[in-house]
Amino acid sequence: MRRLFKVFRNKAALAGLLTILFFIFIAVFAEFIAPYSPYEQNLADRLQPPSKSHLLGTDDLGRDILSRIIYGARISLAIGLISVALALGVGISAGLVSAYYGGIVDTLLMRLFDVMLAFPTILLAMAIMAALGPDLENAMIAVGIVNIPTFARIVRASALIVKEQEYVMAAQALGQSNSKIIFRHILPNIVGPITVQVTLSYGGSILNAAGLGFLGMGAQPPTPEWGAMLSQARSFIISAPWTVTFPGIAIFLSVLGFNILGDGLRDFLDPRLR
Amino acid sequence: MYRYILRRLLIMIPVIIGVSAVVFFLIRSIPGDPALILLGEHSSEEAVAKIREQLGLDKPKIVQFFYFLLNVAKGDFGRSFTTNEFVVIEIAKHFPATIELTVCSMIFGSIVGLVLGVTAATYRNSIIDYLTTVISVTGISMPVFWLGLMAIILFSIKLPIFPISGRLDPTITFSGRTGLIILDSLLQGNFAVFKDAIHHIFLPALCLGTIPLASIARMTRSSMLEVLNQDFIRTAKAKGLPSRKVIYTHALRNALIPVVTVMGLQFGSLLGGAVLTETIFAWPGIGRLSVEAIDARNYPVIQGCIIFFAFIFVIINLLVDILYAFIDPRIRYE
Repeated sequence: MRRLFKVFRNKAALAGLLTILFFIFIAVFAEFIAPYSPYEQNLADRLQPPSKSHLLGTDDLGRDILSRIIYGARISLAIGLISVALALGVGISAGLVSAYYGGIVDTLLMRLFDVMLAFPTILLAMAIMAALGPDLENAMIAVGIVNIPTFARIVRASALIVKEQEYVMAAQALGQSNSKIIFRHILPNIVGPITVQVTLSYGGSILNAAGLGFLGMGAQPPTPEWGAMLSQARSFIISAPWTVTFPGIAIFLSVLGFNILGDGLRDFLDPRLR
Repeated sequence: MYRYILRRLLIMIPVIIGVSAVVFFLIRSIPGDPALILLGEHSSEEAVAKIREQLGLDKPKIVQFFYFLLNVAKGDFGRSFTTNEFVVIEIAKHFPATIELTVCSMIFGSIVGLVLGVTAATYRNSIIDYLTTVISVTGISMPVFWLGLMAIILFSIKLPIFPISGRLDPTITFSGRTGLIILDSLLQGNFAVFKDAIHHIFLPALCLGTIPLASIARMTRSSMLEVLNQDFIRTAKAKGLPSRKVIYTHALRNALIPVVTVMGLQFGSLLGGAVLTETIFAWPGIGRLSVEAIDARNYPVIQGCIIFFAFIFVIINLLVDILYAFIDPRIRYE
């Protein structure tokens, strides 16, 4: 773990981490930081450009855009957390079982994931959303499901290598149970690639969920989700361009933070890719 | 090679069946009765029952799926609930717009990505190298729908250089054989239409093209860095070959394999990105058709579009694998 902290000698990775910490900070302390309630409407102040009283301006219902973006950080981070946790849980289980047991289980699981990977990500998420209905929780589930094959493949590929190591064979020879070998000996040795994928998928999940929100299939009004905010502000692109500018910057910066941290981790764990 | 292609085509069959199964059961789990959606809330019970029978909705799900598969194999996805047109015809009408947009985006992304990647690797640790890294990380993190909106604000509203939406100026009427306006106008020698089509596609293709650009630049850079350290590059330099020839003939060709893989994979992201880009620029392609179909709960069109997208994606992956053999003669498929 101490070795892992050396990754932050890479300035880009450190910048990524600081960006993420910034978003976590504003998400946790939203009540104290946000100047207004994200839902408070003030029609007299609708579509106001950035000013001292509203630093990023107001939307078509007179709501303060800065406050909505601050509260939106909570939603975006939660989307990333829940969808990655879902993908991670199912992906790790499926990848480990597939690699360790091989045979028909491996074939069936991998073919299933081949089918899922045959869909462009956002389209599969859209199809799942069509079935589940437009809703924030469903968007988290949909984005999580589309991430499962990537995790399963990475876990399987890494576990296949570790499985052939002598210490795993020694554990088998000592008669340790399969579950103990998988969770005590294989899983801890593939944490590196999983960590990289978690970071990259977190950014990707925020992006995909924002895309769903933008298409009207994710979070529904008046939830201050960044993608949904962009979708609602589209009609005012000519008269109030700030309404579409700032939520987009928030999406971009948060995804950028996760991506450069993920890149730094990957470079650190596999210097050949540098 | 032919045996390999045939084998890959055969492997595609279970994948397409799997894709159809996923789509079929997802769409069937949408709450609401398709017959009611088709006829409207206030239709009579007899009419609903008749439509349910016609659509086969009265049969068990597994039987419905079997018929559905048979129809997919025949290219029959049913009729659109909103236009009553065959879904295949709807897709055929919208496909040229999507293919024109994705191909233009891919060309833009590939050219700029390759040039940036090669230059960054050649001048390692220079400003251009850092700039390429910034562009690629930025491109991967940028929401394509937001980039589209920003491009519209900047280049269509503030500086009215490019049109906001559509494939052609509404005053122009044009029809061609392939539906690909750029190609058709060139074939007919109609340069006014050609110019207008390029003018309209420029902004959407630029925005969508950032998706492959970022990944291609990054992969080209790392792949070129690996190749530039190889002995044969040193030999080529020692022979006194001009550096341009060493980089573009000797190094780039050997660095292309992983880049081509990325290009193939990026096509999937492009198809996904096209859904968002088409929505922003009111581009009449399959992406926009699918979003409208989901909004209208137009099940046959949703099914058709998603299966079609997946089919195209699988075909592109096959083409990429075949392309490897042309780029790298060491690869021989048995």
